[in-house]
Amino acid sequence: MEQFLLSLISGIFIGGAAGYLGTLMLPKKMALVAGPLGHLTLPGIALALIYGFDVSLGAFPFVILGIILIWLFEMRTKLPMEALTAIVFASGVAIAFLFLPIEQAETALVGDITKISLRETIITVVLCLLIFFVVKKIYPQITLINISEDVAKAEKINIKKYNFFYLGAIAIIVALGVKMVGGLLTAALVAIPICAARNLSKNLFQYNLLATFFGIISTFLGILLFKFTHFPAGPLFIMAGTLIFLISMIFKK
Amino acid sequence: MPEVILKVKNLNVELDEEKIIEDLSFEVKKGETVTILGPNGAGKTVLLRTLLGILPYRGEIEWLKDVKIDYVPQRLPFIKDIPMNVEEFFRLKKASKKETREILNSVGFEENFLNKKIGDLSSGQFQRVLIAWALVRNPDVLLFDEPTTGIDIGGEETIYSLLAKLKEKRNLTILLVTHDLSVVFKFSSFVICLNKCPICQGIPKEVLSPEILRKLYGEEIKFYEHHKI
Repeated sequence: MEQFLLSLISGIFIGGAAGYLGTLMLPKKMALVAGPLGHLTLPGIALALIYGFDVSLGAFPFVILGIILIWLFEMRTKLPMEALTAIVFASGVAIAFLFLPIEQAETALVGDITKISLRETIITVVLCLLIFFVVKKIYPQITLINISEDVAKAEKINIKKYNFFYLGAIAIIVALGVKMVGGLLTAALVAIPICAARNLSKNLFQYNLLATFFGIISTFLGILLFKFTHFPAGPLFIMAGTLIFLISMIFKK
Repeated sequence: MPEVILKVKNLNVELDEEKIIEDLSFEVKKGETVTILGPNGAGKTVLLRTLLGILPYRGEIEWLKDVKIDYVPQRLPFIKDIPMNVEEFFRLKKASKKETREILNSVGFEENFLNKKIGDLSSGQFQRVLIAWALVRNPDVLLFDEPTTGIDIGGEETIYSLLAKLKEKRNLTILLVTHDLSVVFKFSSFVICLNKCPICQGIPKEVLSPEILRKLYGEEIKFYEHHKI
């Protein structure tokens, strides 16, 4: 029972924080970037599984590396970000499979939050609260930057400073997300709640509220389904999210 | 004699090793409406962005001390991705509900417009909202980049008469980028013709001779001469 509660608490916090942060990531296809970044964490997850430490801890430096690489490649080549992320994520998956023990591949690919410890749960909750706080603080500025960098600059917004906090929050949510849904499914953690929320929202307030709520509810449903079916929890979160998205299409305004 | 609000001297802008603006000098006086005229690719938008301090440059750009500048860009392609209503859009600039309501009224919108979703607005409505948005915090200078792109002719008229009205009421100085000659004659007191190098500047009726326009636009001039008559 205690283990179930720990998984539920961590899942709800990660799902909610990912949904809320995701609302900033819809324009400019940023939501898709979370996917490749998740894939890129696979070597880090593999190391964590081999040496027995927290997978989020293994994933985090690789997300940072991914963000730096994509940014460097974009500056240097001016190629579209989607093309560059494809290079980066494919390399991540390839490297991971060079040394990832096959019996641990499932955990790496689709996550496993059902064995999370109390210490990991506390860290997860603290980091998710930090993400909520940071996202709330930077929301107007990042929204303006998303709308137009020129307008943001004319408003004297320090774009580099706000992007630093924004990308930092993305890096943390991806690192936490891989624990829940693995390196393969992180994009869905961010993208599904916001797509469902966007279908139903008339304004930004509803959009934020619904995306957070859908993130939480899909995690909640996923963990309940795991308890009854014992299928891997990661894919169940995503399936619950997809179901919410399909229902949202029926009520789309 | 009105005060000089902007002084530009020997301005040169180079992007990716390509010269975009060469040796441009001009002055803008308080309360003037200045149009920056030129064909596509002439460096008009680059000039606005440079004046805003967004792009690197050589030369001098000197704004009057403590002057408040606001900017309305040509397009905001990503805004429709965000489900945001008009009131929330104004809140991004920390405008209160009362201030937002007043400004929207001044550009001819009713109160219930606050709850309209930005993505549901027509291009004309959206452009008026953008103008209203630029008026938050009472700027002294407004920079506009082709304010009527994508708007039908009737809508264009509305935008320019609105700008003229706001300019009088709020004592604004306006710098406006356009490639449309009729706008220059109807709306501005000073014109800067630009095609990478400065071609001419002065009062539109005095400086925009057929010869100058030919130099600025090449073959397109036939259409414009006709339009002018």
